[in-house]
Amino acid sequence: MASSVISSSPFVCKSPAKKDLGFSSFRKPSQISIHGCQRKSISRKIVSVMAPQRSSSTSGSVKTGMTMTEKILAKAAEKSQVVPGDNIWVNVDVLMTHDVCGPGAFGIFKREFGDNAKVVWDSEKIVVIPDHYIFTTDKRANRNVDIMREHCREQNIKYFYDITDLGDFRANPDYKGVCHVALAQEGHCRPGEVLLGTDSHTCTAGAFGQFATGIGNTDAGFVLGTGKILLKVPPTMRFILDGEMPSYLQAKDLILQIIGEISVAGATYKTMEFSGTTIESLTMEERMTLCNMVVEAGGKNGVIPPDATTFNYVENRTSVPFQPVYSDANASFVADYRFDVSKLEPVVAKPHSPDNRALARECKDVKIDRVYIGSCTGGKTEDFMAAAKLFHAAGKQVKVPTFLVPATQKVWMDVYALPVPGAGGKTCAQIFEEAGCDTPTSPSCGACLGGPADTYARLNEPQVCVSTTNRNFPGRMGHKEGQIYLASPYTAAASALTGHVTDPREFLQ
Amino acid sequence: MASTLPTLPRALPSSSSKPSSPLVPFRSSSLKFTTPTPFIPSSISLSSRAASFVIPRATPASHGSGSTETLAKTTFHGLCFVLKDNIDTDQIIPADKATIFPSNQQERDEIASYALSGLPDSHTTRFVVPGEIKSKYSIIIAGENFGCGSSREHAPVCLGAAGAKAVVAQTYARIFFRNSVATGEVFPLESEVRVCDECTTGDTVTIELRDSGGLLTNHTTGKQYKLKAIGDAGPVIDAGGIFAYARKVGMIPSPSVA
Repeated sequence: MASSVISSSPFVCKSPAKKDLGFSSFRKPSQISIHGCQRKSISRKIVSVMAPQRSSSTSGSVKTGMTMTEKILAKAAEKSQVVPGDNIWVNVDVLMTHDVCGPGAFGIFKREFGDNAKVVWDSEKIVVIPDHYIFTTDKRANRNVDIMREHCREQNIKYFYDITDLGDFRANPDYKGVCHVALAQEGHCRPGEVLLGTDSHTCTAGAFGQFATGIGNTDAGFVLGTGKILLKVPPTMRFILDGEMPSYLQAKDLILQIIGEISVAGATYKTMEFSGTTIESLTMEERMTLCNMVVEAGGKNGVIPPDATTFNYVENRTSVPFQPVYSDANASFVADYRFDVSKLEPVVAKPHSPDNRALARECKDVKIDRVYIGSCTGGKTEDFMAAAKLFHAAGKQVKVPTFLVPATQKVWMDVYALPVPGAGGKTCAQIFEEAGCDTPTSPSCGACLGGPADTYARLNEPQVCVSTTNRNFPGRMGHKEGQIYLASPYTAAASALTGHVTDPREFLQ
Repeated sequence: MASTLPTLPRALPSSSSKPSSPLVPFRSSSLKFTTPTPFIPSSISLSSRAASFVIPRATPASHGSGSTETLAKTTFHGLCFVLKDNIDTDQIIPADKATIFPSNQQERDEIASYALSGLPDSHTTRFVVPGEIKSKYSIIIAGENFGCGSSREHAPVCLGAAGAKAVVAQTYARIFFRNSVATGEVFPLESEVRVCDECTTGDTVTIELRDSGGLLTNHTTGKQYKLKAIGDAGPVIDAGGIFAYARKVGMIPSPSVA
């Protein structure tokens, strides 16, 4: 019966920290939480998910301070306390998937829960965002979107940002574009929640003070059926960034600086928590850029304490209530890094690793073949505003093909509609045109990850590209011998104007 | 039809007939999860009608997953393919191949043929010879941060589909490790030292997993290396994967519960 309890389960024990089950690595076997039948939004369909007997895990324990991430996970696991290393079942608030991984995730769900199974979990918590391989004639890519349409119809999934007319993205009212930007823009990111996505850059949403991380199809299939996931609580590395942000510096420079400092595996299995006066001064989009590349340092998730900036953004986009959390003053961090941002300079990540950091000005002799401005990392409205601002200040034409790929429909519209501050009323689009850039293209992930052969701006030859994207491992944008310099939108724009890797101060002082 | 108790059509050979194996006290620094289940993880058959996307039951990959038995009894033997640090998922399987999902043997073969095809041309020895589907190397030896990059399960899937049985890396990127365990396509093992500097592609190696970890023997050089125990992933592997584990601990009902 649904409510019966598996009291004979070897994984449930009466007292915490029992070690004789043979799992010394399971710190507290009793941590297996009861199923959240009590959660307000769980539908009656949950009746089929059962819970082991709750055991008293908190009796007598002294409450120690927790970090933001520990608190979010504790709450999601319905525990009063967790410590890094605990393996816990966590309730998931939002699951995101896209065209590349959605079919696989739903396939696994059906395999495990039955071909006729309905998502046991609340279908309004699933957000399906086609974005990866959209504007292509690749039949398989196209079929993936069709498959997701079928699943969403069958499962009555409300948030499916569909596209049917590939010839004109504007003819698709539901279509958004890049999933991580769309999640934020559509109000799916909220402080204190647990958001999972079948994409490594799901960590972007940590900017909203929530736990957000990428998972594979199998885990996603599990979440679809249960609304839960088994997670190990990560320890937190703290990055305190203070000081006034120089006018030529952007969040991309900050994260490249940090990754260069700790390496591509420096945060593996850990949380990267960002705080400090500089962080507080950042807009939401800049915070998203920062958290976006946490995965490039190996991080499990990134997190920024929510504040008025966060609440303002979120409350304008959703009426779902949320509960912000903050690290306790006596929380434990495994590492502490401090940066005086006022002393930092624009940086790039040279081929072929995101941690191959160098000062932009020291790469000025590197001749480039093209510039790419786009992706969840560097294709948001403010990213284009920044590039346009630099182009306008310079008043020159680009020397190399400059590809512009707005992340979402909304970003595309902003590029065409919003006046760029200080540019006498001109829009980004106008400035880009005057500078000789390519026309902004249909919003999607585009060539950030190469994509099918006919993807716009794909690196099909061994060229040198300065890009506002997130990874530059060999072959990332297409050609194996392509050389990708990761950079901020300012640096990318400056480089386009000179045909070499260029520090934006050349045009922005 | 309301969604009732989910039926479990999956005839996982292991899970139902599995003897209650002693819980292997594997310890390791790594994550959890495995589904050493010999099936194709992702799958939509386009030929089926919309309402029922049939997941074809794959023929069990010739996986040392007899891992339905405890990990302690698992042995892998074969030629090794040696890589260095930071092999990211795009090198394991170029991103444009992600449109393939191995829902049937044909696409599984296809994705297998591309395994590690993203490696730069400086890797003159190919993991899978162009025109073939299977690799002659069943064990991959790597340095740090193996599998960094994307969360796409295509990475461990293509390796398993190409015939790789296990990876011995110094360290893993977390999503890749988790996906390897979840899909059961390859066993992600960790070495204690930098084995990738002491082995050469083509060496014959044996991996024996034991209760307290494992042992890698390079028959070509005669050297042996200890492997770290699986750790938190152990109970999940032993249960037969995350779904089986969840049923075992009562998080989701077993098929036999009415």
